[in-house]
Amino acid sequence: MSGTPQNPVEKLLRTERMPHIWCPGCGIGTSVNCFARALEQANIDYKNLHVVSGIGCSGRVAGYVNVDSFHTTHGRAIPFATGLAMARPEAKVVVYSGDGDLFAIGGNHLIHAARRNIDMTVICVNNFTYGMTGGQVTPTTPYSAKASTMPYGNFEDTFNLPNLVDACGAVFVARWTIYHVRQLTRSMTKALNTPGFSFIEVLSPCPTLYQRRNKLGDGVMMVQYFKERSTIENGANTADVALGFQGDIVVGEFVERERPTFIQNYNTRMEQVLGDAFVPYEGVK
Amino acid sequence: MKADPKAVNTGTHFIDGNEACAEGAIAAGCRFVAGYPITPSTEVVEHISRRFPRLGGLFIQMEDEIASSICFQGAIWGGLKAMTVTSGPGLSLMMEHVGLAAITETPSVFVDVQRAGPSTGLPTLPAQQDIMQARWGSHGDYEVIALAPNSPQECFDHAITAFNLAEQYRCPVFFMMDECIGHMLGKVKIPAADQIEVVARKFTSRPAGEFEPFRIYDGDQPEMVRAGMGHAIHTTGLTHDERGYPAMNPQTQDTLIRRLRNKILDHTDEISIYEADQIDGSDVTIVAYGVTARVAEYAVHLARKEGLKVGLLRLTTLWPFNDRLIREVADNTKSFIVAEMNLGQMVHEVERASRSKIPVHLLDHAGGGIIEPETFVKKIKEVVR
Ligand SMILES: Cc1ncc(C[n+]2csc(CCOP(=O)(O)OP(=O)(O)O)c2C)c(N)n1
Ligand code: SF4
Repeated sequence: MSGTPQNPVEKLLRTERMPHIWCPGCGIGTSVNCFARALEQANIDYKNLHVVSGIGCSGRVAGYVNVDSFHTTHGRAIPFATGLAMARPEAKVVVYSGDGDLFAIGGNHLIHAARRNIDMTVICVNNFTYGMTGGQVTPTTPYSAKASTMPYGNFEDTFNLPNLVDACGAVFVARWTIYHVRQLTRSMTKALNTPGFSFIEVLSPCPTLYQRRNKLGDGVMMVQYFKERSTIENGANTADVALGFQGDIVVGEFVERERPTFIQNYNTRMEQVLGDAFVPYEGVK
Repeated sequence: MKADPKAVNTGTHFIDGNEACAEGAIAAGCRFVAGYPITPSTEVVEHISRRFPRLGGLFIQMEDEIASSICFQGAIWGGLKAMTVTSGPGLSLMMEHVGLAAITETPSVFVDVQRAGPSTGLPTLPAQQDIMQARWGSHGDYEVIALAPNSPQECFDHAITAFNLAEQYRCPVFFMMDECIGHMLGKVKIPAADQIEVVARKFTSRPAGEFEPFRIYDGDQPEMVRAGMGHAIHTTGLTHDERGYPAMNPQTQDTLIRRLRNKILDHTDEISIYEADQIDGSDVTIVAYGVTARVAEYAVHLARKEGLKVGLLRLTTLWPFNDRLIREVADNTKSFIVAEMNLGQMVHEVERASRSKIPVHLLDHAGGGIIEPETFVKKIKEVVR
């Protein structure tokens, strides 16, 4: 192999598990490509990288990456990852999952992990729908978009994901689309190198369900939309980045702040109160 | 291996069952607990949260029981011994993760200090109503281990047993206390650390690339591994092959599900802890567990003083159910009274296992109090007559 630089994604994937289940034109694979490159750039030792997913099309990422990886239950990747991160403070724990998994069924866990500043990077593939189960409505389905359980168009308000995690105290918050592969890779690298709870929203096409039902063409057309309607605004106020149906998209790195992590806070507090009686928490070496 | 002398609170203590349970878990090597407060179990996590900072352990109060019941599994795959602690309503919320622990063969301890239900029921008042939920609560076919202690001393001793069984059999292990036992004050003797036998986690020594986390190499349990050992393991709640990779077909399902069942049921005798007292030639044998077995002991003593021939079978291991034991007892007594603080859960197992050879009577209680000794004696007389 010497001389031929290996494609980082080949190194990352469990090749024996290919082909993957994702549809042609789906954006999840593109995000994984960016992730593989980010791991190279961030110089992450694969032995100390653990990937946790919930359930969904995006939740299958854990099954394809050739590192310690855990495919858990629907919505509960974050609490599993919390326990794992507690046991392995030296490791980089990444949660890779979908909008429904992380913000509907798993919403409560997400806000608390951000509040506690658990040391993990959460990558949320937002395809505006529940892919795995056939295109139902999700907390990010834009107003008026159709879903199998919103046959007359969605009438609920949506979550503005960056704003929500920002309010909960995340130390790094970014949003990109899968058109923005270079920027997405750079933000992933940054997130991986930032201790504490970091969050990246990745807007991604789901041609098979969301787009077909909403007559939005194929994967390429969605990427075209991402390209045409996105503006990069690093440091934007997250309150101003809500999304509408096929409307303008603000992308960028919105939040960077410093806060001690859960384990740092624990060790500091106990040290202060218990002094020598305290045995600093180190997890599994 | 022996317990860690720095962690074991050796000595004679006057403490309640909940605190004894926490000390037992600590002696067994538990260093991570995720929980959510619920009466009557809360003292367990309160005690843990006081003790752990002095032991290098970590307690985290999660946002709910759904989170707690998977958070501690993350810590286990990170290499720690860990448990979660709850009571009825919380146990109901945990059920999906009991199934996850079963299919991923996670050595997990679920402490359940039972109270009366359904729903919010009678908070702070005792019951033994979670027996069937512990056995069948998550969807699908799987086996669990469940133990019911009947004194603060046993809360300490058998919390250790629970952790040891979890490591040996790699399945969910329920520690089924109840409000009476949890809040019962008593003398608890905590031995020296070198007197406490602890089953260490058996991590694989196979090199990376030559190890599959769900393959049986020796015996009938796969070898344990943790994140960070360089094996790039994968676990999933999906039906999976020996590599841990999803394999969604009826053959893999059949192989996996039967193995998960047999790895426990084939060892029922070794897992089974019980006490049989004066059963041979008795007119009636009482079957009881937990606090009910404690009252039964006294009631049997009263009945025997009146000349009644009463045997007592106290079950500490509830699951897997020891059919063989019940059949043998049925050959040596004339009838059974199953006493439990529910409207009849274990009684079905006794009926099934004894194959209707002899009459099986139920002494029940809807929860909120114990079955009084006099009630026992009355029932014994009814049955014998
Ligand atoms: C407890 C539970 N409820 C429901 C489901 C069914 N289910 C599987 S994936 C999913 C939604 C996934 O949507 P999302 O997280 O947006 O991921 P995507 O498939 O779009 O990537 C649902 C409802 C489940 N597996 N478990
Ligand atoms: S259904 Fe949608 S999200 Fe799922 S793989 Fe297909 S395109 Fe991707």
